[in-house]
Amino acid sequence: MSTMLSRVANCLYWLARYIERADNTARIVDVNLQLLLESRRLDPAQLAAYWMPIVESTGDHEHFATLYPSPTGESVTEFLLFDQRNGNSLASSVSQARENARMVRDQVPAEMWEEINRLFLFFRSDKARELWESSPFDFLQQVRSSALTFVGISYASTPQNEGWNFIQVGKFLERADKTTRMLDIRHATLPKRGIPATVSQADALGWSAVLRSCSAWDAYKALHGSEVHPRLVAEYLLLSDEFPRSLKFCVDRLDASLRQISGVAPRRFSNDAERLSGRLLAELQYSKIEEIFDIGLHDYLDQVQLRLNQIGDALFKTYIFQPFVNLEDEILVQQEYQQQQ
Amino acid sequence: MLQGYDPNGFFDEMFATPTEVRRHYERFRNLFEQISPDEFDQRRAEVDLAFMRQGVTFNVYGDSQGAERIFPFDLIPRIIGAKEWEYLERGLIQRITALNLFLHDLYHDQRIVKDGVIPAYYILSARHFRREFVQVKIPKDIYIHICGTDLIRGGDGSWMVLEDNGRTPSGVSYVLENRQAMKRTFPQLFEETGVRPVDHYPQELLKTLQHIAPGGVVDPTVVLLTPGVYNSAYFEHTYLARQMGIQIVEGRDLLVRDARVFMRTTKGLQPVHVIYRRIDDDFLDPTVFRRDSVLGVPGLISAYRAGNVSLANSVGTGVADDKVMYYFVPKMIKYYLDQDPIIPNVPTYLASEESDRKYILENLSKLVVKAANESGGYGMLMGPKSSKEEIEIFRGKIEEDPRNYIAQPMISLSTHPTHVGDAKFEGRHVDLRPFILYGEKPVIVPGGLTRVALRKGSLVVNSSQGGGSKDTWVLFGDE
Repeated sequence: MSTMLSRVANCLYWLARYIERADNTARIVDVNLQLLLESRRLDPAQLAAYWMPIVESTGDHEHFATLYPSPTGESVTEFLLFDQRNGNSLASSVSQARENARMVRDQVPAEMWEEINRLFLFFRSDKARELWESSPFDFLQQVRSSALTFVGISYASTPQNEGWNFIQVGKFLERADKTTRMLDIRHATLPKRGIPATVSQADALGWSAVLRSCSAWDAYKALHGSEVHPRLVAEYLLLSDEFPRSLKFCVDRLDASLRQISGVAPRRFSNDAERLSGRLLAELQYSKIEEIFDIGLHDYLDQVQLRLNQIGDALFKTYIFQPFVNLEDEILVQQEYQQQQ
Repeated sequence: MLQGYDPNGFFDEMFATPTEVRRHYERFRNLFEQISPDEFDQRRAEVDLAFMRQGVTFNVYGDSQGAERIFPFDLIPRIIGAKEWEYLERGLIQRITALNLFLHDLYHDQRIVKDGVIPAYYILSARHFRREFVQVKIPKDIYIHICGTDLIRGGDGSWMVLEDNGRTPSGVSYVLENRQAMKRTFPQLFEETGVRPVDHYPQELLKTLQHIAPGGVVDPTVVLLTPGVYNSAYFEHTYLARQMGIQIVEGRDLLVRDARVFMRTTKGLQPVHVIYRRIDDDFLDPTVFRRDSVLGVPGLISAYRAGNVSLANSVGTGVADDKVMYYFVPKMIKYYLDQDPIIPNVPTYLASEESDRKYILENLSKLVVKAANESGGYGMLMGPKSSKEEIEIFRGKIEEDPRNYIAQPMISLSTHPTHVGDAKFEGRHVDLRPFILYGEKPVIVPGGLTRVALRKGSLVVNSSQGGGSKDTWVLFGDE
């Protein structure tokens, strides 16, 4: 079908975003739980210092503070995984993904819908929490497998048409955002500007967790050996041409899909979404990691997150928001028309 | 597994007597007997799981969790022989033809009223009679394009029409999904029994819809208009849209400008020519009908009147679903076609006719009383199964508003062997809803939705009230 309803485009975009969000949430909890297993016993204050940045990275720390007295492993994982009051929790992401999928189930391959529905039904059953309590890693693995299956189906049996491109845009926009947020988790160990000269053993462990949270550990090691330095980590996660979760890679694919949707050639633009994504991509293509540390990694990442949001807003205005008219106004328009007849 | 089955004195679809299987069930019985109870149980569990996973579900209203349930599916198929089906087909086509002639007459010359066949009072008091549509020309003069007529069989096995659903009948997706499930589960039964296929329904439906496209439109854009994901039949809407390869739209996806309908797409507004609407008349257009409707499209009706967009079913068909109009269908068949009805009505008494009302009020404990404009098994009194208090409540209702009530004798619907757990089978009451398409010519996909009242002794087959369904097999032959 060559025609795509705006509402359908919107659902496909959010479907992909929520699946990507669920995957990233599962991964960050997984990695940090594993890391804690290897740490020596931490006192409550140390634990709070460990978990709080993770909550902060989701941007929901203020909401968290209103719901829980303090950041412990238990409260943070509850908030990130199961708490329906948190609109970005794993459970909420799965529900939202499923709700969007349900609205477009006639537009996506049947097995894609079935996989999302299966994950949703798993979350709704008692089995989800039982598995989490008896074997947290198996639980998180299930979620991640589902997300991978979704991505797999989107490549294996989904025609690469307009709808597919909206899925890609949603996925890469969310992934780009999440990569910058994961990279920001250990910013407290960095100077405000510039590259740190030395890195403590404990900090190196923290930075390796960042890599693992982005599924980048093996790829990074293959390139740099086991030396973990924030400069190299940031360079890899921001500027790598080949790693599929790096910021540059994500923006490149995002930009390509936007152009597929409109048919506009590279280096030109027909709407704000393309203009903003093209500009960000060009900057990333000609950036050096030293410049980024000169700005300060944390401030730079903040800026990038803002710009990713602007791309999302512009996309919405261009394709989705042919203003959903106010019903009362529309009734008046029609009554005027009918009286003229 | 079917040994020891007892029809208990009802007309049973499969068993003429406890030991004698009807001829058109023999092949099935012989094959089915080769399946062990364990295998049956396992297959059954697989089918339930598959339905849940695929989301072949209906929504339960009034459940805050937005619970979705699978429509329970019974693995023993209901079988109809070729000759019997040919009879039903003739009867249904006769009926839809008369109903469409009636609706056209009603919204134009009203000859049937002027000739005294139907009293004007009944038309004027019909809740779903749309005065706004009198003298409005509609495409090809077809009012009901999709009809889901409910058929039942009485104690002697004779068929009767229970009601015509000429508004937005649902259930056809289960016909198609049940068949898929049966083919996956018991492929060997199909190979050797000779069952007529049903999966061309979506193509036939699309042809029916394209047939009514506004004049001059060569390649019409057809869409399905749904109330949205929270509607109980949402699964069916997506299923049919996908099978037909058309867009499924909500009211907010459509926009009317200069009496033309457009949908909002990523490439701007695109024209729409035919709408298969699964929204009731009342909610279609807040500038004409219910102003509080947020499901509809402001201006849709003016586009429809202007002939720029076609609707299926047409506006105003609800009057034919009025149970008082049902009473007159045999007279319509006689009046418009000069034929006797091939499939009779259930005997019906009108509470607003004085002699009928007297009879109804004196025999409430024996009769089934129905509100004229309710469906889905709501607003109904089953006299023989009701308490004194319930009967008295209905007596009051009938006396207060006789126009709104009819009564019928209690029909003990035919039964069918049905799985009741632990590989045991008992008789449960069934009905049949075939789906009739009326486009260039009437088409009925062989079979329909067999609904089964899963509760022992119950006569209510509706999904909202403990009903399930069966695959319906129409055979190529008679055995």
